Amino acid sequence: MHDPTYILVAVLISASITWLLRALPFAMLAPLRDSRPLAVLGDRMPVGIMVILAAYTLRDTEPSSFASIGPVVVALAVTIGLHLWRGSMTLSIFSGTALYVLMASMIAA
Amino acid sequence: MTTTDVETAVLDDRDTRSEVAAGWRIVLPACAAVIPLGLALGVLVVKSGLPWWLGPVLAAVVYAGSLEFLLVGMLAAAAPFAQIAVSSLLVNFRHVFYALTFPLHRVTGRGWKAYSTFSLTDEAYALTANPESATWSRARIISIQATFHAAWVGLVALGAGLGTLIPSSVVGLDFAVTALFLVLGMEAYKVRRSVPIPILALGCALVAGVVSKENMLVIAMGLFVAALVGTHLVTMRRNRDA
Repeated sequence: MHDPTYILVAVLISASITWLLRALPFAMLAPLRDSRPLAVLGDRMPVGIMVILAAYTLRDTEPSSFASIGPVVVALAVTIGLHLWRGSMTLSIFSGTALYVLMASMIAA
Repeated sequence: MTTTDVETAVLDDRDTRSEVAAGWRIVLPACAAVIPLGLALGVLVVKSGLPWWLGPVLAAVVYAGSLEFLLVGMLAAAAPFAQIAVSSLLVNFRHVFYALTFPLHRVTGRGWKAYSTFSLTDEAYALTANPESATWSRARIISIQATFHAAWVGLVALGAGLGTLIPSSVVGLDFAVTALFLVLGMEAYKVRRSVPIPILALGCALVAGVVSKENMLVIAMGLFVAALVGTHLVTMRRNRDA
């Protein structure tokens, strides 16, 4: 079902881009340090990219189906609430996920 | 070799060992912190119907936490290479800023430098983001990076092994990825505490989702970056005119 060649090519593409992003800036360090637009992107991009990624992972949620959106809303609220309260990434992610798995598995059963 | 050379070599060897150990003391808390995430990634690979070996391969070769989680979903859906390339570029774009402070000048030798940049993850950056790191030895820096790398690969492999033991009636484990991005987003929010930026991003994501579910990621990220650059250019012009 999953072609190993496809998987390996995809992994290599992703790994090469990641390494280039980590290594190239050292070669261009001096001009980068003074680049105002890059600095602006640097502190504004991460929060937005994470929001987009979180939204992307929920793309198959059906807004009109309670069985689909209910567990998502509850688990999101618990994750956000716990993170605001305790500020521990591990605790927030695991509690939110455990709750979601519990709800989704019960609905699916 | 003269006597002094031998003495220097012995001394260097002892230094290297204590420096590697110093690296361990710095990195071990970070290794403990990612135990759940590493296990979760391994489990997710198997639960997504992908071969178990993809877990340790992603961990070893791509070695970029949040991107690895995203890749599992994209690979399971057989996403086009262009989407994988653009996502890798945008998700890991933040790494270009790590070059500004990471003490690569302390890591001598081409091979070591190559490995050090390859393994310059968020955690490696965070652990060296202090003024003292500018005087750390190569042994200590590489010890931090290689130990964290090895721990990550081991955890993901272990998770992939455990994943096969979880019954198929358990669904929804991929919510861990949603929660991961949500929490990372909340952490990133603290940098500026600007409400319009995440709202703009959410707007871009919703528009992109309506336009095309398959290309949602590329469209949303493209719109978002274009909006940021556009706003910056307008502000610059206004400041210049003022």
